[in-house]
Amino acid sequence: MTDQTPRLELQGITKAYPGVIANNNVSLKIMPGEIHALLGENGAGKSTLVKFIYGVQKADSGSLKWEGQEMVIQNPNAARKLGIGMVFQHFSLFDAMTVEENIAIGISKELAAGDLNQRIRDVSQQYGLPLDPNRYVHTLSVGERQRIEVVRCLLQDPKLLIMDEPTSVLTPQEVDELFKTLRRLSEEGVSILYISHKLQEIKDLCHVATIMRMGEVVDDCIPSEESPRSMAEMMMGDSLVSPEKPGKAAPGDPHLVVRDLSLKSSHQHGVDLKNINLEVRQGEVVGIAGIAGNGQIELMEVLSGEMLVEDASSVMIGKDAVGKSGPSIRRNAGLGFVPEERLGHGTVPEMSLWENAFLSGARTMNLTSNGFIDIRGSVKYALDVVAEFNVKTPGVEHAANSLSGGNLQKFIFGREILQNPGVIVALQPTWGVDAGSAAFIRQSLLDLAAKGAAVLVISQDLEELFEVSDQMAVICEGELSPTRPAEEFTVEAIGLLMAGIVGEEEAAHA
Amino acid sequence: MPEWIVPALLTIITASTPLVFAAVGEVVVEKSGVLNLGVEGMMITGAVVAFGVGVTTGNATLAIVSGALGGAAIAFIFGFLTLYLLSNQVATGLALTIFGLGFSALLGHGFVGKTFPGLPGLEIPFISDIPILGPLLFGHDILVYGSVISAALVTYVLNKTRTGLLIRAVGENHHAAHSIGYSVNKIRMACVLFGGAMAGLGGAYLSLVYTPLWAENMTAGRGWIALALVVFASWKAWRAFFGAYLFGGITIIQLHAQGFGLEVAPQFLSMLPYLATVVVLVLISRDSTRASINAPACLGRSFHASG
Repeated sequence: MTDQTPRLELQGITKAYPGVIANNNVSLKIMPGEIHALLGENGAGKSTLVKFIYGVQKADSGSLKWEGQEMVIQNPNAARKLGIGMVFQHFSLFDAMTVEENIAIGISKELAAGDLNQRIRDVSQQYGLPLDPNRYVHTLSVGERQRIEVVRCLLQDPKLLIMDEPTSVLTPQEVDELFKTLRRLSEEGVSILYISHKLQEIKDLCHVATIMRMGEVVDDCIPSEESPRSMAEMMMGDSLVSPEKPGKAAPGDPHLVVRDLSLKSSHQHGVDLKNINLEVRQGEVVGIAGIAGNGQIELMEVLSGEMLVEDASSVMIGKDAVGKSGPSIRRNAGLGFVPEERLGHGTVPEMSLWENAFLSGARTMNLTSNGFIDIRGSVKYALDVVAEFNVKTPGVEHAANSLSGGNLQKFIFGREILQNPGVIVALQPTWGVDAGSAAFIRQSLLDLAAKGAAVLVISQDLEELFEVSDQMAVICEGELSPTRPAEEFTVEAIGLLMAGIVGEEEAAHA
Repeated sequence: MPEWIVPALLTIITASTPLVFAAVGEVVVEKSGVLNLGVEGMMITGAVVAFGVGVTTGNATLAIVSGALGGAAIAFIFGFLTLYLLSNQVATGLALTIFGLGFSALLGHGFVGKTFPGLPGLEIPFISDIPILGPLLFGHDILVYGSVISAALVTYVLNKTRTGLLIRAVGENHHAAHSIGYSVNKIRMACVLFGGAMAGLGGAYLSLVYTPLWAENMTAGRGWIALALVVFASWKAWRAFFGAYLFGGITIIQLHAQGFGLEVAPQFLSMLPYLATVVVLVLISRDSTRASINAPACLGRSFHASG
């Protein structure tokens, strides 16, 4: 392969934003047919680099060679003309339009003309990506939505396909299917630039990996010759401490109990909860696996008290029946919760860290006196969180939205854990969080359980769930499987349950 | 058939035409994700400019074109402020209405009391003489036909063409449209200008045909009705067209009802369009799936490329 002209060659790309150098002298070479991983923690500069290649952003300096020719890619249209296709992490799709319309808008006018509908069917069949061009996007699952983006790229006969975190929303089986497609494209000579956090996948799929840290390329490697752990350490520039389960104490009494709970979703395309039964005992971590959009958000709302149910006793915290009580009453009963959305749900984005600390801990941490805010106490509480949970911030008077995802998530976890909750419920706790912070968060969940709290983690990250859970269950289309000890599950079995393909019994034997 | 029916139906057409222009224009603006509450201001500006040019030059075509340009010009101020300086769309739209009303009064000061001969009707020999249908369908001025054509054209463009797809796309998810590589603000600006020109035409119709003279505040809230119509029509141009005729009809019935001595408070009838809009809003929000298909998801939200 080495005597070929590289398909894409970047040299000395530098891009600075006010106060941050997002890319510093980055060089990269991608050969035809190569699956090239771009690895790095959040904020390492991967997205900026990719946006530059795709013509969304300009670089301050540096050069780009496409098939040996130096050029400047002015905009995404120019990139597409060259044969660069991109699948975005946050899909660039339009919910209120059909699949066909979504594809038409993302390709050139000439390509969109004629019988696009038929060509979509052809390509999707050819590459094993079933897709109905006439469906509306909002009726599709996340996996199907991703297929739209992939098909959209394939219709343009790409020479380079950029994929930004493509598997974070897929079941293990869907990931396998996607990898088959990608390998096939690679054999046909398509280069793929693959961005992911999931190191095992990179090891399985990619030929070469470039590792970025703080805007610079720090290393290259052949993923198949590395272990996920060694790659993580290259990314962090530090050794990775895997979470360890502290000495196992026998689990105590059931502390969070959900009984026969059914609920109609209040969301537009939400999922109704059907007859949920769940028990989380003290000192135990229960993990709920499932593909996003199978009722996790609804379950979280019902547990946090954002949605109330008819029968108070269908949600019990200790001896308190709280099904009909709002969030503050549940907090008083010892519930802590970490929602999925960090900005806008977990915190008020424009408010300072100490104000956000106050909002959640006002009562449990006793931060008011005679109806006035105890500012000194709140600031101290926020400072404690920052210190104990290793949150990187210039100060607690800074707004929540000034923190990176990982740091903000550590802050939110710290804020909840310092309130000493008897139960903590977390939804997608490490979604979009860098490996170091993720390990830290998982460790603090395990420590909390070791101190006797009941911990419930709802996540679609199976690695995470296997790392922390004592008991596991799977949620699919609003139904929750019975919980079983985590050791009894395999990744394959969970995957089948997540996809709703088989029932509980068959999965156990899969 | 009573003799008054045909003249009444004719007045309904006249009363509805300005609403059709303004509402169809605003459908396009809102479909692109911009909420321009300045329709009233753009209409009245169009009215005064068209009237001024018409009276001064005596050229009807020039008057109509100037009316559209006047509406577009004031819409440009709105577009520039909200799209490029990221000012709040609601506040800027309200300011535009207040500004337009005051500015038009200033411009129109010298034209008070003058009259314009109106626009010629397009008569077709014999066919126009067919009883009832003849006068109803033929013999109107060019703006009436223009309003019908514009509603049909906008429906076609929004639903069947790539341009329409782009407009809906930036209104639906501006970040996605940007990342695919479209210039969100350019598309929106074009839509805002189009909406301004349409509102200007609506205004021109008022001052050139409906009451061919200039009076301060002569739009009398029609811009607001047009805004309400957009929601009433759940962002569909053809529904906005029929909505405009429905509301135009209500206005005229109200006048005739008084003529017949019917004891309905005229205030109640003038209230009906707004009441109907509230009812429609409630019905839409009851059925969330339908609203999600029609209401542009990014309506009223400013777009900034880095966000």
